[in-house]
Order: sequence, then structure tokens, then C-alpha cells
Amino acid sequence: MILETRTYPGARRPDRNYRHHADGVDIAVYEWGAESDPVLFLVHGGSDFAGTFDVFAPLLAAGGWRVVAWDHRGHGDSAHAALYGWDADIRDALSVMSSVTRSAAPVVAHSKGGALMMQLADSCPYRISAMVNIDGMPSKRRMPDVPDHDQSRLLADSIGSWLDFRHIAHDSFRKPGTLEELAQRRGKMNPRLSIEWLEYLVTVGAQQDADGWRWKLDPTMRFGGFGPWRPEWASLRMAALTVPFLGLLGTIDEPMGWGARARDVLPWIPASGRLEVLKDIGHFIHIEEPARVSTMILEFLS
Amino acid sequence: MSPVMLQHNQISLALHQVHEGTGRALLMLHGLGDSAEQMSKIEVKWNGPVWALDFTGHGQSTVPRGGGYSCEILMADADIALRHLGEATVLGRGLGAYIAFLLSGARPTLVRGAILLDGPGLAGGSIHATSNTEINDIGERAGTAPDPWALIELSRDARPPTYTTTFARLAANGSGLDEPIAVACKVTPPWVEAIAAEPGVITDISMQDALDVYAAL
Repeated sequence: MILETRTYPGARRPDRNYRHHADGVDIAVYEWGAESDPVLFLVHGGSDFAGTFDVFAPLLAAGGWRVVAWDHRGHGDSAHAALYGWDADIRDALSVMSSVTRSAAPVVAHSKGGALMMQLADSCPYRISAMVNIDGMPSKRRMPDVPDHDQSRLLADSIGSWLDFRHIAHDSFRKPGTLEELAQRRGKMNPRLSIEWLEYLVTVGAQQDADGWRWKLDPTMRFGGFGPWRPEWASLRMAALTVPFLGLLGTIDEPMGWGARARDVLPWIPASGRLEVLKDIGHFIHIEEPARVSTMILEFLS
Repeated sequence: MSPVMLQHNQISLALHQVHEGTGRALLMLHGLGDSAEQMSKIEVKWNGPVWALDFTGHGQSTVPRGGGYSCEILMADADIALRHLGEATVLGRGLGAYIAFLLSGARPTLVRGAILLDGPGLAGGSIHATSNTEINDIGERAGTAPDPWALIELSRDARPPTYTTTFARLAANGSGLDEPIAVACKVTPPWVEAIAAEPGVITDISMQDALDVYAAL
């Protein structure tokens, strides 16, 4: 088998990588920049992995930061866990962060990672010195054009489908494909990202087996669905933040996006923070415009 | 008797037969930190077979590493037991009462009555945004049942009334029963208060009277 590789302009694999044992769950940790520089944590979103920072992280590191990221449990090269949950993700994060520094450090977090870190910053403000949230701010908008009785039926279908999947989860596996096919599949979720970038991502976020490439993401994980979580809880946590806060929002909806608009978010921006809206950009703001976004963040952190 | 072991992803679930019988099964679900063994000590008069399940991280079921519990995952535990048993009446204590209730809405044609009893883990956590604690190590208790992460995470999980009333309506609309849920508990946290006001929910009833109602179906 010949290992296929891709390069992408500006992409650089981490300077260091190692494993961290987070209460029985093996977490893959990555670092860019000099070990003697101040620590900055970079947190990926749901279904992503730290390798998606391969262009963005080096730009932050070049600004004088020791950039530390990790693959969440079940993502990238971290272990596939028996259980997944919001609190567990936050605990894993705290475990990794504590292993790097006991001091407060800035956090730059995308999408679900942003919401996780807002909860962490709310409950452990002594851990975070400043926060940048990249399109991980909540929106209360949800299916306004579907009547109540249909929503209940949709929920019943969603619950039944999820429970059915749990019966076969232990046999689930990811369908193999060529490197190009995996890139095209991901392109459906990331329609604004170039095929060259998506093919590069395959080489760092998927594994090449004898029968083809497979994403490393645990196939038992499913996104969306149902549950008691309410988006307004994230809003309340955001409003309560006391650390310097920068929120970044694009204006173009994408399948992986949260659909938040400035009008949804502005009322909840903390007194210590500000919101920047970047026009004509989708959910992956830091990947579409890495130079512009890293410059904004470095200025904010300075 | 050795339990039947059922697979739920990486977890082996222990389903214990409490006694044999003919007719519809009774599935017993234990409270938080409890076990099927404790649950099976409840005296019930039921002609069909009686089974008790150890949830993930409890009793003889697998204790996973690193937590990540949710009531929805425990509902999936119970659903796997339900598929093994077929149509059943479900009797839950504490946390198990909440899971029995969720399951009645999720599988309304298979659950022939859900009976809710007092017990550990009945209330759940806040129904508003709460803060986490910086506990990320459980020391020597790691890997032992009951899993400390289950105790921590499932004693603070959110159960907003708007969420639970949705499940009550799914049970009422989907089961074909007039009253698919029986509240036989004395303690009434907000989620129980909310569903007690819904149509299709029996209140002020004893456990055995509720069992008799559902046995007659």
C-alpha cells in the first residue's frame, strides 16, 4: 500500500504531539510554537479535529504563542469512548489544560468548542484569561415554520431512529473510500472550503487502510437529534462571562453552522466583550480567512 | 441465576430474571447508584416474568472509563432490554422512574404502562443553566460500580418540564392507552409536577394498584 499524502499552502503539522490520559480516556494533544512562549488553547468543534488548525495555528504561533490543541474524545486520534457527553468533554478539556498550565490562559474556540469553553469560562473563570468564540454562540431560532403537532412527530421519529441506531452501534463502521471521495463527502458539510483543503484534511483526519480511507471520527457518534439542552442556557453563560471576550460571526449559513445572527447574539454579549461580524463568510471563519482572523485575534490578545 | 448479557455499544448490560411467569414481562429499573439486585427486593404481585436491568456503570454491567452519562443513554440501555423482552410494563425507582417515563414516550407501543416510584436520582439537576465543578479525577473508585461519574453526572442532568411534557404527550398519543403513565411517587420534582398535569397520567395511586391496572390490559 502506498501512503497517499497531500500538501496545502501554509499548512504545517504540529511541532509536538503526545498522548494525555484524561481519567481513562486517551487524548491526542498537539502543540505549535516555542514551548517557552505563553500558552494559548485552541478548541475544535463537533466532528472536527485539531488538524483542521494546521494553517490557523501556525499563524497564531508566529504571533508569539505556544498553541495547544487536542482531539476531543472520539475525534481525530483520541480514543473512541464508551460514552460521550457535554460534561465529559469539558472535563477532558480541563484535564488537558491542567496538564499544560495551572495558570489562566486565553482560549480560541470554534463552534461546539466555543460553547463548551463558554461553560468552562463561566464555571472556572480562574482557568481562562480571555476568550475568542468563533461562531459557537447560540441561536434560539428553530423550525419556525413547522406546526407543534408536526414537531412532536418529528421528535418521535428522531428518538426512534436514534434508539434503533444504539442497537447496532457496536457493529457500526465508517464506509471506506478513496481520498478524493472522502474529501467530496466532507464537502457536503463544508461547501465553502476548497477541495484542495478538504483533500489535505483527509490525510490528517482519516486513516488509510487496505480497502481505502476512513475518517477517524467514532462511527457511533451522531450529531443533532433530541435532548433536554436548551440554547438559551449557552446565552446565559455567555452574558455572565467576566473575561475579555471576542465573538466572531459569519453571515452565510452552512450545514455545520449554528445559524446564529448578530441580532440573536448581541443581547447576550458580555460587558467585557464585543462581537465582530465578517460578511460573506461561512461557519469556518478561521479556515476561510486564516490570516485576517489570526490578525484580529492577535490584536485582541495583545 | 446468571444474568443475560446484552450488548450496547462498548457496554455489556446485565439483565437479571427475578422470577418466571407467563404473559407480559415486567421490567424493573433501579435508582441512581443502586442495582438490579436491590431493585429485585421490591415485592410485586405480577403474573408474567419479572426482569431487572443493571444500567451502564451499575451492578454487573460494564463500568466505562471517563464518564459521559446521560439519561438518554440509559434510556437506550432500557430499550435494548425492552427489545429482548418484547412488550413490557416498566417499573422504575428514582432515576429508573425517569428512564421508564422517557421510554414510555420513546417506545409507546412496546411500553404497556410506566410506573414511577420514589428513589435515588428522581429529581435530577437544575432546570436552568448551571456551572460545572472542576472535578476531573475520581481516584481509586474509577472503574468500580456504581461508577462515580454516573453519580456525579446523573444527579445534575437537566430535566426541563417542557422536555418531559413532550415525552408524556408522545406516550399518550402513541400508546393507544388511556393512561400510559402512573405516578406512584410522593416526591414531585418539577418534571414530575409537569407530567402529572398532562392527560394520560395517573396520579395518587399505589405501586401495586398501578401494576394491577396495567396487568389487566
